Amino acid sequence: MIATASNPRVAHPMTPVLGHVRQRWMETDDTFTLELDVERSAPFSFRPGQFNMLYVFGVGEIPISISGNPDTPEVLTHTTREVGIVTRAMRQLEVGDVLGVRGPFGSAWPAEAAEERDVVVIAGGIGLAPLRPVLYHLVAHRERYRRVVLLYGARTPEDILYQDEVREWSSYLDVEVHVTVDRATRRWHGNVGVITTLIPRAPFDPKNALAMICGPEVMMHFTVQELHRRGVRSDQIYVSMERNMQCALGLCGHCQYGPSFVCKDGPVYRFDAIEPLFSVREL
Amino acid sequence: MKTMTLAESLATVPFFEGMPQKYLDFISGCAHNVSFKKSEFLLFEGKSADAFYVIRHGQVALEVEAGNKTAVIQTVGEGQVVGWSWLVPPYTWHYDARAVTPVSALSFNAVCVRQKCEDDPAFGYEMFQHLTQLIVQRLMATRIQLIDVYQ
Ligand SMILES: Cc1cc2nc3c(=O)[nH]c(=O)nc-3n(C[C@H](O)[C@H](O)[C@H](O)COP(=O)(O)OP(=O)(O)OC[C@H]3O[C@@H](n4cnc5c(N)ncnc54)[C@H](O)[C@@H]3O)c2cc1C
Repeated sequence: MIATASNPRVAHPMTPVLGHVRQRWMETDDTFTLELDVERSAPFSFRPGQFNMLYVFGVGEIPISISGNPDTPEVLTHTTREVGIVTRAMRQLEVGDVLGVRGPFGSAWPAEAAEERDVVVIAGGIGLAPLRPVLYHLVAHRERYRRVVLLYGARTPEDILYQDEVREWSSYLDVEVHVTVDRATRRWHGNVGVITTLIPRAPFDPKNALAMICGPEVMMHFTVQELHRRGVRSDQIYVSMERNMQCALGLCGHCQYGPSFVCKDGPVYRFDAIEPLFSVREL
Repeated sequence: MKTMTLAESLATVPFFEGMPQKYLDFISGCAHNVSFKKSEFLLFEGKSADAFYVIRHGQVALEVEAGNKTAVIQTVGEGQVVGWSWLVPPYTWHYDARAVTPVSALSFNAVCVRQKCEDDPAFGYEMFQHLTQLIVQRLMATRIQLIDVYQ
């Protein structure tokens, strides 16, 4: 909900509320998860795919997707990979430390449009974090969907996120999970090869499927190509885009992507809406 | 229930998709069923490339020795082809292939297939077209793997 002059109890969307680190743990060498208790005057909820702006005081504010369960939104979970100044400072936070939180912002994965269809969730690297809420939703409401397929690619077996959950989903008879890594030794017994190699063999009906993809842009580019080759149309594909952001309200223009703003029109786009921009390197 | 002939079952393998039935009949004369136990090798780097395989069930790892450890460069599963070094001289394998799970496969005698390509250039051309597609797909996959797409 957005604050208005007539509703002073709701925080202004530019004003962060305080989030206390309740738990923190490392997922991989460079990726960590924070669970936050947030001081809010109203109950919090989010839709899978949305993000928060997290402010490490004195360092900076960055967009991070919510990676927790939408059915338990009071536990605010964020999984972040350390890549630069703010993420490094965030990694150093301890239990009890405080962050600024604004959100949730942005568009969501099309969980409703996917009902009665085969759902193919395709994640690359840290891209599993923004997709995890929709996976929780698909599993919790399994009867609403036809086949549910997760294809997940990581650099090495050590880079696989949420290993316990991925293993649990693999054990469900009605969820197909295929994980692949780029590099491995013999200790790894799974697939080796880039994520695109999983697509031709994945069990879904291209005519009726809906695909949700999240990962680095280059990974999404090749994944879309392979889905097209399999007969999946652009209007059946959703991708999550990343751009540098500041206000997250569609005001400042930092995250402009062609005619749209990633913070409010995205981050989740139906692919046909951005297809003409997708292969353009610099916009 | 009618059991499928070897040539009929070849028609269901993606690699042979679109190949005229007469050629499937022709090449099936070079094939027989084989199976490998878990951890058994299908082929060894440097050894003579005298066969290639179409995997029916199971998973195979293509491996190279890198220093003192073994790197898995790719895994190959159901419906996929292992090996093309039998195509070009000196007909030796460039990597090891090891069964990660129990594997059943069709093994094609390379000398037999090469001879059929020589005897019938139209068949040879068809066969090379299928193989070239496979090689291009693998090359693309390797290129994507090299650019580290999850970074
Ligand atoms: C909508 C949205 C959702 C996001 N969700 C997540 C999430 O759930 N988890 C997560 O870890 N990240 C997520 N990101 C990316 C995250 O916002 C950036 O990694 C972060 O802003 C980097 O800030 P920094 O100060 O640490 O790095 P900077 O100091 O700004 O950059 C340091 C280096 O990292 C590179 N870099 C910056 N951003 C990225 C990036 N996105 N990917 C790879 N390299 C980058 C820069 O080019 C630079 O070389 C999301 C981004 C958006 C737009």
